Amino acid sequence: MTGGPVRRIVAGVLARLKPFWTTFRSPAVHLSLGFLTLGGFIAGVIFWGGFNTAMEATNTEAFCTGCHEMRDNVYPELQQTIHFSNRSGVRAVCSDCHVPHDWTYKMGRKMQASKEVWGKIFGTIDTREEFLEHRLVLAKNEWARLKANDSRECRNCHQYDSMDLTRQSRRAAWIHQNYLGTGKNTCIDCHKGIAHQLPNMKGIPQG
Amino acid sequence: MQAWTPLLLAALVLCGCSKHEADKSRRAPSPAVTVTNPGQQIDAMRRGIPIDQEASPLPMARVENFDQRRPVNYEMQPPTIPHAIDNYQLTVNTNRCMLCHTRSNAAKFQAPPVSPAHYVTRDGQVLEQISTRRYFCVQCHVVQTDAPPLVANTFKGLEPEAEASPRAMP
Repeated sequence: MTGGPVRRIVAGVLARLKPFWTTFRSPAVHLSLGFLTLGGFIAGVIFWGGFNTAMEATNTEAFCTGCHEMRDNVYPELQQTIHFSNRSGVRAVCSDCHVPHDWTYKMGRKMQASKEVWGKIFGTIDTREEFLEHRLVLAKNEWARLKANDSRECRNCHQYDSMDLTRQSRRAAWIHQNYLGTGKNTCIDCHKGIAHQLPNMKGIPQG
Repeated sequence: MQAWTPLLLAALVLCGCSKHEADKSRRAPSPAVTVTNPGQQIDAMRRGIPIDQEASPLPMARVENFDQRRPVNYEMQPPTIPHAIDNYQLTVNTNRCMLCHTRSNAAKFQAPPVSPAHYVTRDGQVLEQISTRRYFCVQCHVVQTDAPPLVANTFKGLEPEAEASPRAMP
């Protein structure tokens, strides 16, 4: 056995960590083991449940339309479309299309949304005129996002494999088969403005 | 006896009304219009239902959506739209119709392109884009529904041989 330099360094680090480790592994003086394990478990549940509940609360339509920017501009537009009122009664709320459903991507989008909080605080879109001014930029953001993720939010509900093309109109079936089915295009390429009014589309490809 | 008659009638009508109100919700729609006596059917909208009764509306007509060109009924008729156009945006910002019916995209989407006349201004200048005076497509081109006709008519439309002959596209 030789006391090599590596072993000496490890021993040194361990010696420094020793007091923390001793405290960590020694039994609590006043609190029972049951209190600590159960308490820790309950605290964990409350923290994690509270975190997700709070995040889900920011995903509701009531939250989104709580601000006049959304309530007066984009929400009335949605109400005219098939994603709000239709024959089967299934409808989409804001977050169904604008926030990813998968947890990892959702966290990413929620972090990006901090910029929207900034815009709210400083009143970037306070009037109808300001909204119309920004509409093209805002729309382009969403188009770029959906183009980049292959219309992931559309596909949460609309899966090509589950589309019965024979129940679509001939025209729709033909286009879906040749452009969506072959992967040449994604939903947002043709279905821009599916739930909102479009900005000036001059120079923007729509199909 | 004579003095009682109007009162009696009014009471009967009132009774009828209240009964009618009660089961209105579960009543089937009134029958579709049948023009039994063309030319005398002057009340097609009410379908012959007495004025003191409420006519329950017919089911809403559906837009025909079969993607086959309809023959035109007379020379220079703007062709009717053989597909649904629900929620197609036709605003100052965008024109959904022209996505497929513009000349450059027509072949790609197998859509009939709009005629060259639509690219000409009223001063005779030929434009690259559709002329603003032809921009609002649904001003002339309309969808058709499966609604039954309210009154009979004897209009025959363009003769088949006349239709087959080459026509100058407007």
